[in-house]
Amino acid sequence: MAVAAPTGEPTIDALSQFKLAPVGFMGSAVNFTQANLLMVIGAGLVLALLYYGSRPRAVVPGRLQAAAELSYDFVYNMAVDQIGPEGKRFFPFVFTLFFFVLMGNLLGLVPFSFTYTSHIAVTAALALLVIVIVTVVALAEHGWTFFTYFFPSGAPVFLAPLIVPIEIISYLSRPVSLSIRLFANMVAGHVMFAVFATFVVMLGGHSLVGSIAAIGPVAINVVLIGFELLVAALQAYVFAILTCIYLHDAVHLH
Amino acid sequence: MSEDDSGAGGSFEARLRAARSRQGMDAPPAADSPSTVKESSALGVGMRVGVELVSALAVAIAIGWGLDHWLHTLPLFLVVFLVLGGAAGVANVWRLVGPPRR
Repeated sequence: MAVAAPTGEPTIDALSQFKLAPVGFMGSAVNFTQANLLMVIGAGLVLALLYYGSRPRAVVPGRLQAAAELSYDFVYNMAVDQIGPEGKRFFPFVFTLFFFVLMGNLLGLVPFSFTYTSHIAVTAALALLVIVIVTVVALAEHGWTFFTYFFPSGAPVFLAPLIVPIEIISYLSRPVSLSIRLFANMVAGHVMFAVFATFVVMLGGHSLVGSIAAIGPVAINVVLIGFELLVAALQAYVFAILTCIYLHDAVHLH
Repeated sequence: MSEDDSGAGGSFEARLRAARSRQGMDAPPAADSPSTVKESSALGVGMRVGVELVSALAVAIAIGWGLDHWLHTLPLFLVVFLVLGGAAGVANVWRLVGPPRR
């Protein structure tokens, strides 16, 4: 992303924001980076919301309790709607996944913070977790019948050498697309922030005309913040609902 | 909680049925098609289609190259799986934008 510029000019450096740096007095000893710190903060925030939200047990919920109950109901309904009545079993998993991703996306929008979902290592680990659990669930539910998933019933048998590899590739591409989608959305958003913010600095450093023109990129970044809030929530939702759809396939086969 | 949000207006039977299906005692009345994810923007749909195509191709190339590396038949499986990967990508996209199954 670095743009070659005459000496003295600020350059667009959009990717250094994703660099990991150890934090804390023994961060470098155990490789505890700001990504890990944000993960701990995000998990703590969700736990705090649920703990303090469910403590009052009021009949008429207050704001915090309403937020906790709404988040519970939202994920619960998503799991049951998508997976079916059996979805209740997977609700804790989907809930954890959804809020971990959501916290990663949202906390990343706080200035001077870090988006841990912008690292493919994190999203790929989550997607692998999903796909391993889905496969284990499918095998536990259906045993060897699970492998008929790769050959839809009703297809002519002589097409099997073609269909089976395609279905297997399609199945294996799920974790790849799941992880890349989240990671790419987050990286793209934050790169755009950095690029337009650098425009502001570049324009403002020139002259009065530049300073006035710098209002443009500032306005774009203001709009982008709103857009990124939407993307943050939407991508967490997409991640969770695709997990539910895969679990539906695992429970019901086809 | 949300026990009463199905509305006080409905008859007892309707509310009982809704409550039973909510608790998982009966199957939900209409199993709506689960394989459709509503993504608001055209950009989102385009993004998903692209990711699906590329990821299937990437997985297929990885498998093909791995098989070749293992069996020392370098171009053979790579070529075969390249075609299969493209087909799998199109199948993914069809599952995404095609009519819902069942």
